Amino acid sequence: MSPRLRWRKFVSGFMLTMTGVCAAVSVAVLFFILGYLVYHGGTSISWNFFTKLPAPVGETGGGMANAIVGSAKLLLLASLVGVPIGFFGAIYLAEFSGGTTAFVVRYAADLLNGVPSIVIGIFAYSLVVLPFKHFSTLAGGFAIGLMMIPITLRSTEEFLRAVPRALREGAMALGASKWKTISTVIVPAAYRGILTAVLLAFARVAGETAPLLFTAFGNRFWSPGWNQPTASLPVMIFTYAVAPYDDWHRQAWAAGLVLLGLILVLNIVARAILSRGIAVPRA
Amino acid sequence: MATSTTTVPSAGPAAGSRSFLSRLRDGDEIARLITFLFAASVVLVTLLLVLELWQGSVLPRHKFGFNFFRTSVWDPIFEQFGALPFIYGTLVTAGVALVIAVPLGIGAAIFLAELAPVRVSDTLEFFIDLLAAVPSVIYGLLGVFIVVPLMRVYIQPTLKHTLGFLPLFQGPAYGVGFLTAGIVLAIMVIPYIISVSREVLLSVPRDQREAALSLGSTRWESTWKVVVPFARGGIMGSIFLALARALGETMAVTMVIGNTPTISASLFSPGYSIAAVIANEFTEATGDLYLQSLIELGLVLFILTFILNGLARLLIVATSQKGAGMGHA
Repeated sequence: MSPRLRWRKFVSGFMLTMTGVCAAVSVAVLFFILGYLVYHGGTSISWNFFTKLPAPVGETGGGMANAIVGSAKLLLLASLVGVPIGFFGAIYLAEFSGGTTAFVVRYAADLLNGVPSIVIGIFAYSLVVLPFKHFSTLAGGFAIGLMMIPITLRSTEEFLRAVPRALREGAMALGASKWKTISTVIVPAAYRGILTAVLLAFARVAGETAPLLFTAFGNRFWSPGWNQPTASLPVMIFTYAVAPYDDWHRQAWAAGLVLLGLILVLNIVARAILSRGIAVPRA
Repeated sequence: MATSTTTVPSAGPAAGSRSFLSRLRDGDEIARLITFLFAASVVLVTLLLVLELWQGSVLPRHKFGFNFFRTSVWDPIFEQFGALPFIYGTLVTAGVALVIAVPLGIGAAIFLAELAPVRVSDTLEFFIDLLAAVPSVIYGLLGVFIVVPLMRVYIQPTLKHTLGFLPLFQGPAYGVGFLTAGIVLAIMVIPYIISVSREVLLSVPRDQREAALSLGSTRWESTWKVVVPFARGGIMGSIFLALARALGETMAVTMVIGNTPTISASLFSPGYSIAAVIANEFTEATGDLYLQSLIELGLVLFILTFILNGLARLLIVATSQKGAGMGHA
């Protein structure tokens, strides 16, 4: 073997090993994050965390029951905004529209998807908070609901498009009208994919903090109804982490563990739904 | 594609003879109308967003004009607003993030696409996807309690000892600052670079690799001199995507950048970013000019990410299509 060839082989082996190292480092970060959260969160979490209100400043103890309920309410509202628009919009894109309209809608959705979350917060503030003159669960739910729209829309459309043509044609050949074909054949065929899309969108907005800062704001007490400012887990993590109290830091870790656990479980469930007996292959 | 599927139902001789009314009775027109309304609302919301940002920032645009971007006094009491330190901080932190994330991300993507067996590659990609799903406030939490102390005690002193002659690594080690924010951002955007670059690399036709190998190149040479150049556009796209994400990132940066509007050559210095100043000051903004200046910052952020995302999408689509086209030939 000539020295030159040996050198080339060495370079090849070395660089390829380095790419492996890059991959290992990137994946290691995930396990590091998980491990650290489980360790710190696990030692700080307790039954009180789920059942008690935050303790007054300076006192130890207390929990984040109000933030957990607040997050649930926000996510419910967000789904009410994001899922119908995403779902029906996707049906329009995949089944009814042609050329230009579809392009415009897709373009708008992609644009919306790329908008930084803090800008979404500004938008929801000027659209919902300003007219009502106060922060509210409603405004927060609207803000993160907006962020669900593009994710649900684009992936649902993809799954609808992936339904084999033969199925459509079969239904139509039997005399079914178009909407009947859609509602009884196409959507059921793609339902796993659609469910995945919704779950992933849900997981994505569950941890959003920036849009909630000046829409749902925060609250150290229960937030009755939908028209009051409300606490939420992500915002609590933020305020507790940057505060100077050790007890708050512990609570922030616990909240981080709960939030990340929820999001990772949603992600894994979504992927499991998709991979188990796929009705429709992913495009 | 879209047109061919929509013409299917109306095909055939019967289509013309069916009246609008009979189709209406089948419900098709109603279904079309309803779904259209939902789809149109997406466009409406997006337009409204642009409109609100534009109208919401009328005052500072008239009062400061272009000086808004050139001056660095941010004084709510005397109503002087110059955004230069925030723009600087945003660009510097995003720059640091890319310097770290691009080599690491592309390296990992090459490993996943070229070397790893399919099963390993898919498993690792699953973990990378999970990493992308971690919310930014969690990165901020880890940043505050792990990265910041680590920077203050170990990394910054070490850098100062070894590379301290560069203006980049001078000044006191606070822990928080541009460098720390950049590192946290890098960790956040790496999954995006890996996922997209991997897709693009996988779309490079097989014959490209085989041709290079058959000419006697080593595995690395075929990868680096043939496959990567072929996918260059898409990889650039993934970088733009990561950059757009880094520019707009709020929570993690707010928690570790130090929140002091400074322009300093030193990466150790605490700084401020556009997204961070909006997050911190929006609820406290008194007076229309103050609030609208913050909204104008939001507008700047929107325009930057809009351009970058657009470019990224074009590049990624163009590269994937190039691969698909060659594959069939």
